[in-house]
Amino acid sequence: MVAEAAVREISYIQAFNEALTAEMHRDPTVIVMGEDVAGAGGREGFEDAWGGVMRLTKGLYPEFGPSRVRDTPISEAGFIGAGVGAAATGLRPVVELMYVGFYGVCADQITNNAAKMHYMFGGKVKIPLTIFAGTGAGTNSAAQHSETLYSLFVHFPGLKCVVPSDPYTAKGLLISAIRDDDPVIVFNNRQLMGLRPEGHVPEESYEIPIGKARTVIEGSDVTLVGIGYTTYICRLAAADLEAEGYSAEVIDLMSLSPMDDEAILSSVEKTRKVVIVDEDYPRCSMAGDISALVAEQAFDYLDAPPRRVTPPHTSVPYSRPLEALYVPNKDDVVAAAHEVLE
Amino acid sequence: MTTATRLDTETLLWMYQTMLTIRRFEEQARREADAGKLRGMHSAVGQEAVPTGVCVHLRDGDYIFGTHRSHHHCIAKGLDINLMMAELLGKATGTNKGKGGTMHIADINKGMLGANGIVGSNIPVATGAALRAQVEGTDLVSVVFFGDGAANQGVLHESMNLAGIWKLPIIFVCENNRYAQSTPVEYAVAGESVADRAAGYNMPGIAVDGMSVLDVYEVAGEAVRRARAGEGPTLIEALTYRYMGHFGADNPLMYRTEAEEAEFKARDCNEQIKAYLLENGVATEDELEAMDRRALDEVAEATRFANESPFPEPSELMTDVYVSYN
Repeated sequence: MVAEAAVREISYIQAFNEALTAEMHRDPTVIVMGEDVAGAGGREGFEDAWGGVMRLTKGLYPEFGPSRVRDTPISEAGFIGAGVGAAATGLRPVVELMYVGFYGVCADQITNNAAKMHYMFGGKVKIPLTIFAGTGAGTNSAAQHSETLYSLFVHFPGLKCVVPSDPYTAKGLLISAIRDDDPVIVFNNRQLMGLRPEGHVPEESYEIPIGKARTVIEGSDVTLVGIGYTTYICRLAAADLEAEGYSAEVIDLMSLSPMDDEAILSSVEKTRKVVIVDEDYPRCSMAGDISALVAEQAFDYLDAPPRRVTPPHTSVPYSRPLEALYVPNKDDVVAAAHEVLE
Repeated sequence: MTTATRLDTETLLWMYQTMLTIRRFEEQARREADAGKLRGMHSAVGQEAVPTGVCVHLRDGDYIFGTHRSHHHCIAKGLDINLMMAELLGKATGTNKGKGGTMHIADINKGMLGANGIVGSNIPVATGAALRAQVEGTDLVSVVFFGDGAANQGVLHESMNLAGIWKLPIIFVCENNRYAQSTPVEYAVAGESVADRAAGYNMPGIAVDGMSVLDVYEVAGEAVRRARAGEGPTLIEALTYRYMGHFGADNPLMYRTEAEEAEFKARDCNEQIKAYLLENGVATEDELEAMDRRALDEVAEATRFANESPFPEPSELMTDVYVSYN
């Protein structure tokens, strides 16, 4: 008799936190920095007051102490640059950029230093830096706190970019990012953090290889390509399509740089139709890039042009009814699938 | 010169030899540039005393960080000038395999973590190296050189604040050569000095005559001692002068006077230390002459090495983008 394996369901935030805690135990060179990652700057009686605005770093300060868990002043260029220097000299810093839209004040450190030092110095310096950033609209946070911005970072040679889509991938991708010898950006969608825990998350540590996509639903009629939160949307759409009698395959990209071109192409060769669902701005986006990839390399297999589902070319609105029009939803994906299926 | 205690002969001669090597290297690099072998370069002639007086206090494990004008930092930290000249010419044998060039020379084994072409950009990176030294409980220090132009970049202030609150073992060395390209320091820097800015960040701010290697030696020695002892960061403003144009092809007389140039050249750092060595009987004229010949010979050998070295293979275009990528 084999006992049925218990499904261990934890939230995205718990899974991410569990990965960080385990890696800090495993490797003394892992440090964590960012605004309010502990909270209260170590003030007596208020230690670990916050644990990060999204609670992703809760509990690290009491466990690992003030040397390895550092609240920073609000100076992203200063502390992300310090992450680059600490990485270049032997630590594995994990640094929080609270919202990805804050990249603007520290872009130089990410794109001119983290991305380029390995190449510029002839491969003799490694930058094992992890930056994690909150992304995504749908939380009534307006234009500067709701962006996605994958393509900005994917654009730069030297950076790796990963996007978890659920608690399981949050844990595995973060562990891989921390252990990776290149700078890795981890994009955490805030709507995913709020979802009810779903799916098994092993208690022990595991890596999800950077650069590989996964097939979350197998199908034969149409390929739905998701990234992070839009993988969740694609799964909902696939259920609706199934009820209509269509078999949709859902590819969860997980890694945007490197990207698993082969997983996309082989799925499209099977289904002959593709809908790419991306929450980032539409121009010069992952959706555009994947569409070009499919058009160039799988044209002969296609029964319909690649279809992109993205927000419109606008900043993210504040007002809830407008914001609801902005973020791609299940119905948008189903409608796009109908276009390529019919 | 104000140095109260007489330095030992070995230290004095090391500093003089280093300054001669820098000057001869820069003169030759300029000739290579004029011959079209590299497009341009930021000459540090006139500024030899600053990194020399700082790096004499450092070990291989200590890190320094440079700027677009960094040949003198590299030589003072002990980098191999053969590999440096090869890097200038974009050769496979260069410090960076020809991928960085004059503005990005680095050698992690010597503790030189890179010249950096973005003004001020290296300051937080150097702060991170100091953070690592502190987290790992070492007594290593980090030194970042930057110009008067970078003194107005926000990252200097963010980094000095971080170093101040965390008492990091870092020395911020502002090499004030009076010009950010053509813009004079008195126009661009509000307040009396760059050194004064330290007051806001819980660290000493010391202005020093950057044309006197002995003065730089003294001030830097105390800053390094403080850093190693866990007493925190120091800001040093070394007042120096760039003899050449910003990157070589520009004529500095477009924005400054011959009289001003003459005033600084009359206090040339290499000539000052030479006079000191002679006056104090540290070395004879012949011995100092031999040191200059040695610098010339070494630079000639570096030039031969660089010119005879091969360019990188085409396959090198796509190596070192990532440690791994698939």
